[in-house]
Amino acid sequence: MFRISAEPLDPVALEAGLKDLRAGACVTFTGWVRDSNDGRNIFSLEYEAFAPLAEKEGGSILDEARAKFAVIGAAAVHRTGHLQLGESAVWVGVTAAHRAAAFEACRYIIDEVKARVPVWKKEHYADGETAWINCATQSPVA
Amino acid sequence: MTKTLAVQYFAILREQRGLSSENLVTVTATPTALYEELRTRHAFTLPANRVRAAINGEFAPSDAELRDGDTVVFIPPVAGG
Repeated sequence: MFRISAEPLDPVALEAGLKDLRAGACVTFTGWVRDSNDGRNIFSLEYEAFAPLAEKEGGSILDEARAKFAVIGAAAVHRTGHLQLGESAVWVGVTAAHRAAAFEACRYIIDEVKARVPVWKKEHYADGETAWINCATQSPVA
Repeated sequence: MTKTLAVQYFAILREQRGLSSENLVTVTATPTALYEELRTRHAFTLPANRVRAAINGEFAPSDAELRDGDTVVFIPPVAGG
């Protein structure tokens, strides 16, 4: 299941939700709010989502991961709201019988989520400026 | 033919429009044409080729046909994670 959450993520509880006795591997990824980006000091990050479509597209990505890799369980959650340094912005968890499939599926899911799910990030810099990432007109076309 | 559409804005488009959503009457036929109309009116900085469209909650081609009563969302380049 892919969810958009306005509440803080709890990676321990999320991982417990994937518990499955058939699984010998559980790979999780947590994305944290980092204090710098492209040479600028970050003060905080603001995330916004088009939640219904984000959850639908995220669900499709999880389905693709299940189809491509020998996965038992897969789930992901993305935060919205104004996050401080060190907070968890995104969490992905995958279980599988063996580690290779779990690692590969986890990597696939986070890469696709970043590329496709309608979530936007606004960086608030230490100097008070702000910018929506990937939306600057001088950026190369993706 | 004129049609009434609900348009929702997110992220940079929401800020540049100064609104999260509005109903509007238009004669434009496609998401791209509607975006160009709105871009001119509100001085959106993103060119049309960097914005995707969703119609009624589903991604839609930029040349899809807009119908009366549709809800249209313009999706700036995403940046999750």
